[in-house]
Amino acid sequence: MMRRIGSFVLFLAVLLAIWEAMARAGLWNAVVLPAPSKVIVYLGQAFADGSLLSAAAVTGRRLLVGYLVGMGLGLPLGFLCARFRSARDTIGVLALGLQTLPSVCWAPLALLWFGQTEASMTFVVVMGTTWSILLATADGVRSIPPIWLRAARTMGSRRLHTVFQVMLPGALPSIVSGLKQGWAFAWRSLMAAEIFVTILTGYGLGHLLHYGRELHAMDQVVGVMAVIVGIGLCAEQVLFGPAERWLRRRFGLVS
Amino acid sequence: MKKREVESTSADELREVAPAKLSIHGVSKTFRNPRGDVLALDGVDLEVAEGEFVCLLGASGCGKSTLLALIAGLDHPDTGEVRAHGELVTGPGRDRMVMFQEHALFPWRTVLGNVLFGLELKPGLPRHARLEVAAYYLELVGLQKVGNCAVHELSGGMRQRVALARALAPNPTVLLMDEPFAALDAMTRERLYGDLQEICRKRRKTVVFVTHNVREACVLGDRVVVMTSNPGRIGASFAVDLPRPRDINGVGVAALATRITAALRANEPEAAR
Repeated sequence: MMRRIGSFVLFLAVLLAIWEAMARAGLWNAVVLPAPSKVIVYLGQAFADGSLLSAAAVTGRRLLVGYLVGMGLGLPLGFLCARFRSARDTIGVLALGLQTLPSVCWAPLALLWFGQTEASMTFVVVMGTTWSILLATADGVRSIPPIWLRAARTMGSRRLHTVFQVMLPGALPSIVSGLKQGWAFAWRSLMAAEIFVTILTGYGLGHLLHYGRELHAMDQVVGVMAVIVGIGLCAEQVLFGPAERWLRRRFGLVS
Repeated sequence: MKKREVESTSADELREVAPAKLSIHGVSKTFRNPRGDVLALDGVDLEVAEGEFVCLLGASGCGKSTLLALIAGLDHPDTGEVRAHGELVTGPGRDRMVMFQEHALFPWRTVLGNVLFGLELKPGLPRHARLEVAAYYLELVGLQKVGNCAVHELSGGMRQRVALARALAPNPTVLLMDEPFAALDAMTRERLYGDLQEICRKRRKTVVFVTHNVREACVLGDRVVVMTSNPGRIGASFAVDLPRPRDINGVGVAALATRITAALRANEPEAAR
């Protein structure tokens, strides 16, 4: 792990050095692509004046709220689809279809329904997460070996106990990969929505990037892009890394 | 969790319970299939005495596992009845624990967590008592050191030991074993024959042990009951009067196994010989 980080940092440093040198040599107009040093200066300023942090907080809150709602919908609906054929043939099929739709496509309708508010952004995130989590949960619960359920029954496990102590943990490998996919969909769609839609109740990272474009401040655009990459990487490492390592240790599988 | 009126201690939990008598009368079971119904069991009668170790011996598909599932209450007979301790079996119960061919352990729990599963479902048993009981059974099967290991880290033989500890932990009166050693290598299996006999001496249970291995049945059983297939019926019954502990390679075991094998052959239809 340390070695991997080490080689990557070195690679990044070399890449940035070449980029910096080429920009300084004037190979292209600085308006088209700013030098890394300019981007770092922007990031320093934006960090100091608080605009970057407040934008990240707005985006983070939308993501968190939408993600939790998506989980709250996806997990129980996934269970229903796994246990009842009627749910599988209706909601399950609907989920299969809607999962293929990038959730940013919901933005026009969301604006109409909720106006230029937080609710419409949250809605885009919910639509991005729910279906992935639902399908992964349904798949995970359905592929639980029947022998686990039989063993649990002989030990006196019933209804809710079976759901929370056998089905949920037994389906975890699948659920975690669904959560990860849901996160990826939601994160990308939220960025797209923030860039294209002006929300009056708060400016997120996407808006910051959008205004950078309007002002032709490419150092801002590239800076925000870097922040988006950073947040995405952190989320995957901090949220899903430990969960996946735990699964590997317990289930002994490579996910 | 709120305290119940009476909290039991690990000493209560570990005391000997009298093994139960099993009575199976006129039990039939048909499985519906798109390609026609299969009569898995046809008018099966079987009595198992208190503390008796009965081995159900038969070829695959003779309905022996079905019979075990009926005793466990995991399935219901079409006709006839199963009684444990005189009470009609209508569903699974902690008085009758099952050990399956595959270990059926839960991978998200540690070894100790698996043994605790059944104990957590026993009302009125506080946490420290559960831990003491689980530790006792892990020691009984010789695995006190691996309590915190993940299931996949254990060998096949160790997994079946954990499954045995998990089945014994709720202190059942009946232990139902469905070919528990069939997937293990011969060396491990022979060690487990000795250990199982020793464990049964310490914790007396009524045991129904399903197997297709004649020698295994002779080593473990007080009685070997042969089942015939298509439809599944109870055939000849052999009392095993050999001193314990028995050795799989012992002369007495071999002689009895030869007799039982001959009886099995006689039951087979002409074409299968």
